[in-house]
Amino acid sequence: MMAWPAPLRALGHPMGGLAGGWLLLVAAAAVLAPFLTPYAYDVQDLPQAYQPASAAHWLGTDEFGRDLLTRLIYGARTSLSVSAAAIAVSVLCGMVLGAAAAWFGGWPDRAVTVAVDLTWSFPEILIALILVAIIGPGTTGVMVAIAVAYLAQFTRLTRAQIMTLKGETFVEAARCLGAGTGHILFRHLLPNALAPVLVSAMLATGDAIILEATLGFFGLGAQPPVPSWGGMMSAGSALVFKAPWVIIFPGLAVAITVVAINLYGDALIAELDIRQKLRRTA
Amino acid sequence: MIAYLVRRILMLVPVFLAVSVVIFSILHFIPGDPIDNLLKIGSSPEARAEMEVRYGLDRPLPVQYGIWLSNVLRGDLGTAIVARRPVADLIAQALPHSLALGGLALLFSTVAGVGLGVIAALNRDRWPDRAIMGGVLLGSTMPSFWLGLILMLVFSVWLGWLPVSGARSWTALVLPVLTIGLGGTALVARITRVSMIEASGRDFVTLLHAKGLSPLRIQLGHVLRHALIPVVTILALRIGWILGGAVTVEVVFARPGLGTLLIKSLSQHDYPVVQACLLMLAMAVMLGTLLGDILQAVMDPRVRAALA
Repeated sequence: MMAWPAPLRALGHPMGGLAGGWLLLVAAAAVLAPFLTPYAYDVQDLPQAYQPASAAHWLGTDEFGRDLLTRLIYGARTSLSVSAAAIAVSVLCGMVLGAAAAWFGGWPDRAVTVAVDLTWSFPEILIALILVAIIGPGTTGVMVAIAVAYLAQFTRLTRAQIMTLKGETFVEAARCLGAGTGHILFRHLLPNALAPVLVSAMLATGDAIILEATLGFFGLGAQPPVPSWGGMMSAGSALVFKAPWVIIFPGLAVAITVVAINLYGDALIAELDIRQKLRRTA
Repeated sequence: MIAYLVRRILMLVPVFLAVSVVIFSILHFIPGDPIDNLLKIGSSPEARAEMEVRYGLDRPLPVQYGIWLSNVLRGDLGTAIVARRPVADLIAQALPHSLALGGLALLFSTVAGVGLGVIAALNRDRWPDRAIMGGVLLGSTMPSFWLGLILMLVFSVWLGWLPVSGARSWTALVLPVLTIGLGGTALVARITRVSMIEASGRDFVTLLHAKGLSPLRIQLGHVLRHALIPVVTILALRIGWILGGAVTVEVVFARPGLGTLLIKSLSQHDYPVVQACLLMLAMAVMLGTLLGDILQAVMDPRVRAALA
């Protein structure tokens, strides 16, 4: 039983398995996109525009006659990689900032705390909108925007974890044995703080997918013709009348994927037994 | 209590100053010059310089900030560069729409969320609980703009019950309120359920059972009262989150609120309007946090005792 690592054990939960399966499926589709579909995501075929689902186009076509399923699969590439990369950057920076604040205390701690509180005075979507306005639309802008929008969360979580761990007996023991700051921080404190931070990073990836879709909806994400799930819906209310499937399916893809991330994350939290740690610092 | 209130309000001053510096300085990093939008193509450099002087854009940034802040504190939000009207007018026009939307959505989330959370907690691990928690998970994972578009599709296009967008009648408010409210409902229901279940395990509940009170009376009269404290606190903290949702939903439904104004001014590089919108939203978040702390002190005798 203990031989399996927790991410695999989480797949054994009924919901965790289902959710993990969907995530693997989407990831595989994103990677294998060119082999899965006979259509190109960017070739327009205007006579075929606004086709509902059919044998040739399983999910129908969009306003330029492009196959919707093809664009959905290629869109997964953009949406998932942008969200995951942004959260990865955010977690790394957040861990460094949070650990530094908790370890050194004094003015670095105060500076970080003030910055975190300040970020929290603005809803994430506003931070992201402003940053994209500064950097310019496109995947890079969106990635930076999402990374900064979630930075406060990981900084705070890491800081809280290190704060509680700092006083533990094993840290004192390590110091008595002559361990230096770097050794204690990297070999003792951060590994112990890692599990809750990584799980919350995974859950945040779900939120990031929604944020990426929202920015895409405003036309600020991946620029046409490259598809992203949010960008595919940017025609908005105009298409709700004419070809609702163009709006329905990308949104479903977002919703199902985020549900799957949450369900798998729940299974993972149960397996790692860290619910208390996450709640205390949420 | 009064001392606590005063201290808590005074704590807002540095936060407000910091927020205002951030808002002011960040906008000057945005590429694109509002003057470009105003000048005719081929205007002389002199005309440009004159325009810069007129809007005060030729002075050093700290000076611009000082002037801006002192004006803001006197209620003068400047003149919109593109719309050429006082920003305060634009805000005054947009704010009631956003307040109505946000307030009604908050009300809806609270009533529906507490109701569903209580039902789920009373039926813990049975089918009503499972169904509600499943719905809650779905509700919190749908992008709000998408939920809005789907509601529009069902209720306006297919059923034809409600107007698609705009703000001409109160019926146009129903779908936007539902869109934001359903996301909030999910959050409130989840917190209510968890804190009801936690409170049920407390000693005072065992005592009430031992005294022979009916289980339903214990749950609704005692456990719920106890459980509502975190709900109120988190709800107040989440006011900013609701406003963030309102920005996108307003754009989807073409409602003339702060969100629509913000997005439009952002694309026009109309600094004064963007600054004012951001300031309003940030202030709403700060007031929400303040309200949460005050309500907690009012509702929770332990907090009140600690402050006295």
